[in-house]
Amino acid sequence: MISLAGRDILHSWGKFVLTGLGLGLLIGVTLSMAGVYRGMVDDARALLNNSGADLWVVQQDTQGPYAESSSLRDDVVRGVLGLAGVERAANVTYLTMQVRRSDGAPGAAASSDPVATGGDASGEVRAMVVGFEPGQPGEPGYLVAGRHLTRSHYEAVADVRTGFALGDRIRIRRHDYTVVGLTRRMVSSGGDPMVFIPLKDAQEAQFLKDNDAILNERARTAANPAFNRPGVPGLLEAVQAAQSANHSVNAILVQVRPGFDPEAVAAPIRRWKHLEAYTRVQMEEILVAKLIATSARQIGMFLVILAIVSAAIVAFIIYTMTLGKIREIAVLKLIGTRDRTIAGMILQQALGLGLIGFVVGKVSATLWAPVFPKYVLLEPADALRGLVVVMLICTLASTLAIRVALKVDPAAAIGG
Amino acid sequence: MKPMSVTRRRLVLSALGLALLAAMAFVVMRSGPLAPTRVTVVRAAEGRVAPALFGIGTVEARRSLQVGPTTAARVRHVAVDVGDTVQAGQLLAEMDPVDLDERGQALAASLARAGSLVTAMESQRRDALARKELAVVNTRRTVELGAQNFLSASAVEARQQEQASAEAALGAAEANLAAARHDQQRLQAEQAGLKQQRANVRLVAAMNGVVTARDAEPGTTVVAGQAVLRVMDPASLWVRVRLDQGRSTGLAAGLPARIALRSNPAQALPGRVARVEAVSDSVTEERVALVEFEQRPAGLSVGELAEVTLSLPSPPASVVLPNASLKRLSGQLGAWRLEAGGLQFAAVRTGAMSLDGQVQVLDGVKAGETIVVHSEKELAASSRIKVVQALVAPQPGTGGQQPGQASQQPGLGGRQP
Repeated sequence: MISLAGRDILHSWGKFVLTGLGLGLLIGVTLSMAGVYRGMVDDARALLNNSGADLWVVQQDTQGPYAESSSLRDDVVRGVLGLAGVERAANVTYLTMQVRRSDGAPGAAASSDPVATGGDASGEVRAMVVGFEPGQPGEPGYLVAGRHLTRSHYEAVADVRTGFALGDRIRIRRHDYTVVGLTRRMVSSGGDPMVFIPLKDAQEAQFLKDNDAILNERARTAANPAFNRPGVPGLLEAVQAAQSANHSVNAILVQVRPGFDPEAVAAPIRRWKHLEAYTRVQMEEILVAKLIATSARQIGMFLVILAIVSAAIVAFIIYTMTLGKIREIAVLKLIGTRDRTIAGMILQQALGLGLIGFVVGKVSATLWAPVFPKYVLLEPADALRGLVVVMLICTLASTLAIRVALKVDPAAAIGG
Repeated sequence: MKPMSVTRRRLVLSALGLALLAAMAFVVMRSGPLAPTRVTVVRAAEGRVAPALFGIGTVEARRSLQVGPTTAARVRHVAVDVGDTVQAGQLLAEMDPVDLDERGQALAASLARAGSLVTAMESQRRDALARKELAVVNTRRTVELGAQNFLSASAVEARQQEQASAEAALGAAEANLAAARHDQQRLQAEQAGLKQQRANVRLVAAMNGVVTARDAEPGTTVVAGQAVLRVMDPASLWVRVRLDQGRSTGLAAGLPARIALRSNPAQALPGRVARVEAVSDSVTEERVALVEFEQRPAGLSVGELAEVTLSLPSPPASVVLPNASLKRLSGQLGAWRLEAGGLQFAAVRTGAMSLDGQVQVLDGVKAGETIVVHSEKELAASSRIKVVQALVAPQPGTGGQQPGQASQQPGLGGRQP
């Protein structure tokens, strides 16, 4: 038995292929949108994974360090380390800022795609600067090039998305840092790539003011008679030294000893250390449900609309394709073809179109996903779901077309 | 357009379908759970690491002093300015002596008066002595005459009483003289003290050096101990280096050092650890070492930031791995070993580490084994991997850089030379 659908496709193959391609690109856009949404959620999860922590200890009554600002003294970690069930604990600071390449850096001339890296022509990149203690939680877990930090100052590990290369010198506040290692998928909850620098440098970058501000502050203090008493030499110097010193961090990352429940470790921290402690589950709740909730819903809403529009367009394409063949169908009916055969032909074509569209969509989405400035995560489960939905829509659309085809009067073949 | 034959159409369509299928297969294999994780590997080899310590510090003067008065006083004049070279003993500044000179004059007058008093007392003593000698002669004569009964007993006794009185008067005169002399000595001592006080308001340099600060101008009142001038010995400049406690193993006096000053980061000046402080900073968790320059550069300024790299003695040869290959899996430090069956996590014990990221592996990995260095994501024992040359295309300008050699020059925080 010859395949009617196959014959028809062979007859108008150009039209069929082009329709499939167009459909595919539309499906590709929808899949990408789903990927953008998944990427957002994954960015938030990546932030938690990369910190390597089971517990986040932050300032009391805050939901820091990602959702709110939190400030702790950097010696609090010693008390936390002494608690039962704590395997490792380390200070960490987070600061989102513009990081720029120093002038005359070796890699400054290197052409990096500004769209793909999120940077601009001036070599400035929006990045989250993470201050961590090497070898402790908070350190990037894996590198794609270079090495981990070995010096306690002025070295940096950057995410490849920053566009920095090994050996580049980048400027954060008043110091230059040498990029010694590159890592991947280390992003903030907003998708900004991370730059890892030693904790002490990061504390300075976060809290130390610029020179003008320091000078002004000194002058202000000197003008204050309470701090600049004639009979007390050294008081002014002491006050000024106290003003410029900084021993604050944003959070303490805690790894729990195997066999201990993070919640059980967190309880004494909340009760006796007068700090807030979040477990992984709570932190994920804060990040996904609170921090990125609005923007994720925004994307989600758009995705829903796009999916509906795509479905409508797919249905219309199949419907109009069938209407275009109405004369041929009338001829078929005239020569006594059974309704089942005609319906089968339309259904097969619709499903074939859907399949081609899906494959083209999947391939195109995968190909253009890396070009997006933010992370696009194409989940296989989403793709599968997409396939089922596409097939379902095609079937539904073809039933509409089949109804029209079956109602056609065989006389139309001759009458026109 | 000439219509194509059915066979040809079929061929074209099949080709298109195949191409689509191939693209799909490629996409599935390249992304998603089926895609292998790309990694780079290194063959573990015996080698030696060149461990080193890195710290930042500031240039300080080993010998510096603050010159100020010992009592509250007003500055009368300051003889030197910032940047002047001074010699030991040179007058730097003078405090207002207030009434010290007048008190000196008063004391001098008192001393002259004391001298006159001593002379008067001396004369009084001589007078008393003469009276006493006369009384002695008279008494002797009276006693002799009394023994021959020429004089009455009462007359003899009167003479004896006269002699006793004269002796007593002499004693009083001698005591007065001694008192006057003591008074004179006291005044002399007071005068010497006043001279010293007068000298004390003159601030002189205790050592050769350079004036680094002039904190008070003439007319300023300073309290005891407050600095009017600061002087430091430029030959004694060294670097106070702070090293992370966690990375200070092997820190000892005598270690060779390379010092990069912020003003000239490209030049590494040779130096040596002169002293390691016995007390380390518990707040910043840093140890403090003092590093001397082999040859002090010109134009060195106190307070300048410096980066110091201390070279440690090289440990014996052992297996050496780049630090990027070391991972932590459930609290255990180790590395992913590539074996025929896949990946295996080898727990390792590490020793010294060099600043270029090479780590001495004491055990856990043998020479010749293949170890994963870089990976696209976290690895697990079940990860499918694909070994590649590099995960990031080397950029022009940094091309050819191997892991660990990214920064052979000290990681200078300073400006570009």
